[in-house]
Amino acid sequence: MSEAFSFELVSPEALVLGGEASEVVVPGTEGYFTVLANHSAFMTTVKPGIVDVKMSDGEAKRIFVRGGFADVSPTGFTLLAEQATMLEDFDMEELEKAIQEARDIIAESEGEKKAKAEALLTQLEDSKSAVAMAISQ
Amino acid sequence: MASLKELRNRIASVKATQKITKAMQMVAAAKLRKAQVAAEAARPYSERMAKVMANIAAGMEGSENAPRLMAGTGSDQVHLLVVATAERGLCGGFNSSIARLARDKARSLMTDGKQVKILCVGKKGYDALKMEFSDILLDVVTFREIKNVGFEQASQVATQVLSMFDSGEYDVATLFYSEFESVISQIPTAQQLIPATVPVVEDTEADDVNYEYEPGEEEILEDLLPRNISVQVFRAILENAASEQGARMSAMDNATRNAGEMIDKLTLSFNRQRQAQITKELIEIISGAEAL
Repeated sequence: MSEAFSFELVSPEALVLGGEASEVVVPGTEGYFTVLANHSAFMTTVKPGIVDVKMSDGEAKRIFVRGGFADVSPTGFTLLAEQATMLEDFDMEELEKAIQEARDIIAESEGEKKAKAEALLTQLEDSKSAVAMAISQ
Repeated sequence: MASLKELRNRIASVKATQKITKAMQMVAAAKLRKAQVAAEAARPYSERMAKVMANIAAGMEGSENAPRLMAGTGSDQVHLLVVATAERGLCGGFNSSIARLARDKARSLMTDGKQVKILCVGKKGYDALKMEFSDILLDVVTFREIKNVGFEQASQVATQVLSMFDSGEYDVATLFYSEFESVISQIPTAQQLIPATVPVVEDTEADDVNYEYEPGEEEILEDLLPRNISVQVFRAILENAASEQGARMSAMDNATRNAGEMIDKLTLSFNRQRQAQITKELIEIISGAEAL
């Protein structure tokens, strides 16, 4: 049994998950990383993907996050996610629709708006592939 | 003196009004509970965000490469006032007190020779300010069609504010909204968005911790600051929603009570007049009988 540390996953709308965790895998912008107890203080940005949490009572949770921040401090690990959904609640159709909308905007507009939509599209497609991979596993 | 029929009509109409205000009060009470829950649910995120900000900013203070969002443009000539109000009226002094705060600020800035621009979030603030400031009112964002205003809408507002900053349209941005304290007390508040004010965190346990940053400290701060603005706008919208319902609830409570008093008064004068008429008719009958 590995040591536990306090873990919090917060989205702007609510505290999604909080409690004692023994292991958390996070999709950082510079690559996936795993946080265990007594991790050194560390801060990074997070890209869209799946967060794997092992709670200290052995329960495993998989949560989809869409961008955010990870703040690992000696007192615990806080993940500030822009959007967080439990994987089992994830709505693939909604994502497909958002992707389609982004594509439409790219096709119709130009300049700054197009660039923004393109950035959004890459973000959404990243999300899609991450979710698809997680589900197929 | 109004006739009996007129009085009866007035009583009926005041009663109908009372029913409506009573219903509005109850609806506001139910909505207030929901809005309060939403505001409370959002609190952890903004608290954590403030803490992270304070941690990074402490290391960046005085540094020359501090991002523009934090350091500002170096001047304070052009001010942007973001005025967040409700979409609907009939909520006491809620909208007008926010608008008044914004108006006073705009006036005092203008007398100091500064340039002012106003962005309204919510229709009522726009209605209140358009008379005086029609030439500097940039835009109005309304959430009228949206039932539950979420983080997405807040980030839209934030994106607009940020893109205007990036194109150099203003130097300082201030956000106006109403802080929800209790059902009877909402405090109109002005909060500076840009340049970002660093929240002061009391326990500075992080001071002696050496953080590792990935990618770099500046990159993270650059990512964090715009997000922080969305969070603040979101918080303001939630606080506003709770304040609005609270204000409406107490305003409608007052209105219901006033209507009750009015009904009592009207009923009293209605009865008195009816009695007077009966007496008058009796006198007529008696004097008629006496004359015979």
